[in-house]
Amino acid sequence: MAESKRGWVRLLQAGWLKPLIFLVFLTVAWDLVIRLFHIPPYQIPKPADVIETLWTDWPSLLAQSVPTTIATVQGFVLSALFGIPMAMLIVGSRTVESYVYPLLVFSQSIPKIAIAPLFVVWFGFGMLPKVLSAFLLGFFPVVVSAVQGFKSVEPDMLDLARAMEANRLQIFRMVRLPHAMPAIFSGLKVSITLAVVGAVVGEFVGSNNGLGFVLQRSIGNFELPTMFAALVMLSLIGVILFWIVDVIERLCIPWHASQRQDLIVAA
Amino acid sequence: MSRESVSNVTPLKREYRAASLEAARPVSIEIKGVSKTYKTQDGEVPSLRPIDFDIYDGEFVVVVGPSGCGKTTLLKMVAGLLPPSGGEIRVGNKVITKPHSDVGIVFQSAMLLPWRNVLRNVMMPVEVKGLPEAEYRERAMALLKMVGLQGFEKKYPWQLSGGMQQRASICRALVHDPKIVLMDEPFGALDAMTRERMNVELQRIQRETRKTVLLITHSIPEAVFLADRVLVMSERPGTIAAVYDIDLPKPRTLDVLSEPRFVEMTKIIRKHFNAQSDGA
Repeated sequence: MAESKRGWVRLLQAGWLKPLIFLVFLTVAWDLVIRLFHIPPYQIPKPADVIETLWTDWPSLLAQSVPTTIATVQGFVLSALFGIPMAMLIVGSRTVESYVYPLLVFSQSIPKIAIAPLFVVWFGFGMLPKVLSAFLLGFFPVVVSAVQGFKSVEPDMLDLARAMEANRLQIFRMVRLPHAMPAIFSGLKVSITLAVVGAVVGEFVGSNNGLGFVLQRSIGNFELPTMFAALVMLSLIGVILFWIVDVIERLCIPWHASQRQDLIVAA
Repeated sequence: MSRESVSNVTPLKREYRAASLEAARPVSIEIKGVSKTYKTQDGEVPSLRPIDFDIYDGEFVVVVGPSGCGKTTLLKMVAGLLPPSGGEIRVGNKVITKPHSDVGIVFQSAMLLPWRNVLRNVMMPVEVKGLPEAEYRERAMALLKMVGLQGFEKKYPWQLSGGMQQRASICRALVHDPKIVLMDEPFGALDAMTRERMNVELQRIQRETRKTVLLITHSIPEAVFLADRVLVMSERPGTIAAVYDIDLPKPRTLDVLSEPRFVEMTKIIRKHFNAQSDGA
């Protein structure tokens, strides 16, 4: 009896259960609001209808998720591949920093949605414009946090390494890069969620597949349950990709404060 | 400046070293007319006025002085991290212009890399300098044993207390067997009890390894407890205000803290700072 009670308590404390309970609560509230205020289904669909659509259209929704996910992941990988070396250049050279960094910040104030149609003009309706759009959104947070990470090494630590006669490459490899890893990962986490947005934006402006395309078509046809189902799929993609980055982070920086579970030894 | 004439306490001015000692002991660090001026946006800011001072092999020299008097600057110049604006520093007859293998450094904060375990932190200088890993690994283990960190080799810095972390960083400073250990307020971040214990410990380590130690501190009792000679610096731009030979017999235990000679020494040194803050 006591055993099963403890089991329940543990289950209630599981990390995934609390957001799930809240999600159920929100869904119920959604349903109640529709019933109470008599909101017509062409404005907001009933949760039951969305769930039904998810159930019946699952194969096609899943199929449409594939190009969106691929575009997101490719854009994200490009963000990391270009963003981290870009941050290294900015940190490594005053000249690069003074020329490039302000422009990079400036470029971020340009709305990406305005540029996305241009990609379609340049590269057609294929994969490339989506990937570029995802890359454009995902790139900036990686650069900013990596620059922050590389720069935040204590001066005393650098003095210590220099006093050991370490050269620039050794200092980078042994001190700066590992030190920057937590910041880089927090940038990558922001980047992956923005890359999903970027891919959908790319699909909005010019594509004939993907969840962005499904979204736009269903709005045009007033198929609101389909549209909401596509939104659910998008959030699932976002959550799963975020979780994957989180797992990689745990594997890469088990030493970081955010990952510690061990007890502290005192003596 | 105080002119106390207590027996055996010799506030030497200009001539800082006794001639008899000079002949007998080899000099480890020669500081000749060394000064430092920082260039800032507001022009040149003098940090150190020309200093002449020799530190002998195996000597424990402690520098005390008010904040901003250029103590740390002096230490960094000896390490080769900063070039002097004037004069020269010689270590083992080589003029120091860049970082060199003859020193190990300990800072106020242990500065251990959190992604390396204790042993790999201690081995970092060996790795950087490309020294034979296996041979120095044994040395690192012996050093860790000497400071009482046996069994903690595989622990990460955040799993250790502040005192243990600082002991590990002392091992790191000693691992490549430098002649000189430079310490910049090494125990400043520790609580008073741990600090006293670390002082006894450091004295033992220095006696066992026979290193030349140049240590900076704000604590006058710590200075008197550890030092063969205490170097008192004046306010910014700093220079040497006085040098005191501490003739209390070594090894010293914590009991020495209450001995009249010890108390007398701390009083004499403290007078420098009171006089300075009174505007004298």
